Amino acid sequence: MGFDRRKFLKLSGLTFLGFAAGSPARVFGQQDTTMVDSTATGDGTITPISGSRWAMLVDLRACNEKGGEDCDDCIAACHRVHNVPEFDDSHDEIKWIWKTSFHSAFHSQEHEFLDEAITHGNTMVLCNHCDRPPCVRVCPTQATWKRESDGIVMMDMHRCIGCRYCVVACPYGARSFNFRDPRPHIEEINPKFPTRMRGVVEKCNFCAERLATGKMPACVKACKHGALKFGDLEDPQSEVRKILGDGFSIRRRPELGTQPQVYYLV
Amino acid sequence: MNDMPKIIIGLVIFLMLIGFPLWYNVANDKAGYVPDMELPDTADQCVRDTEWMRTNHMDLLNDWRDLVVRDQQRFEANQVSQQMEMSLSNTCMDCHDNKSTFCDRCHNYMGVQPYCWDCHLEPEEAI
Repeated sequence: MGFDRRKFLKLSGLTFLGFAAGSPARVFGQQDTTMVDSTATGDGTITPISGSRWAMLVDLRACNEKGGEDCDDCIAACHRVHNVPEFDDSHDEIKWIWKTSFHSAFHSQEHEFLDEAITHGNTMVLCNHCDRPPCVRVCPTQATWKRESDGIVMMDMHRCIGCRYCVVACPYGARSFNFRDPRPHIEEINPKFPTRMRGVVEKCNFCAERLATGKMPACVKACKHGALKFGDLEDPQSEVRKILGDGFSIRRRPELGTQPQVYYLV
Repeated sequence: MNDMPKIIIGLVIFLMLIGFPLWYNVANDKAGYVPDMELPDTADQCVRDTEWMRTNHMDLLNDWRDLVVRDQQRFEANQVSQQMEMSLSNTCMDCHDNKSTFCDRCHNYMGVQPYCWDCHLEPEEAI
């Protein structure tokens, strides 16, 4: 017989090997052609600020004592840079960094004898860029994800389908849905940063686009009282690590286990 | 089979009607129409060759989007610059500063409606 079982098995094995060898070759071959164009970055002028675990520090004492009730510098800078719209109706509000009461931010951690300057003042709140972000877990399209390289919880507006699971999942209310077209409600448009469209969710991005071009976050830069600090927690020499190591700091709703990365000095 | 002539006449009329856009343009000598796009006079070279861009710019923009947003690569080296930002609003539109006479003319001709501009901003055009 010309084609027996032995021969069939040999041929099958060879065919299988052929396929197995073929696919990595195809993958690598593809990479070669695309990588040349896209990944090489020049030795040029712009160096990104890079870190392994970005975090923010909010010094509530400096914020309330030096800044006071009416200081809006960080909010204004953030909104200007990111084309955040202002709506008259608070239901439509888009929030990146905003003021709330100490009671709302820290209702499980307050007591009646705390410094009144802090408990009666404003608390700046923003996306906490959690280490274990619940918004990321629920997103069905991976439009929001935690960047492995530096821990920033990112939003990809191209992928967001506006289901608002993340808005519900976030225990800090840090996510806002665009119920209306935001563009007509932006006071002064920054042409360097895209606006959003109706039907997507947005939030603070820790100024990922500014870090990539070597700039510190807009709110940190705008605060003339030094109440906002930004840095890399993985770097033991960083300012944020030193401040955190020196005193006591609190985080919003730590009992939830989300490991928020915005720390408050009280 | 007695209705054959009627059927053929009907078919011819049908084909004439359905082919109206084609033969009307041929008759008006517009068959070879191509949109006339205004090229920038400030730059003589694009990030890729013009021929390649003509057919592949949409793929390039998609790749750029993924690289910048998801892969944290904001710059690329190309034939114009060693460190060029991969950005529609900030790179492409720096040279092609007139959306209506560049992007729109060809997109309208091709009947495509890209939704880039729902969010990304085009430069203000000098009128």
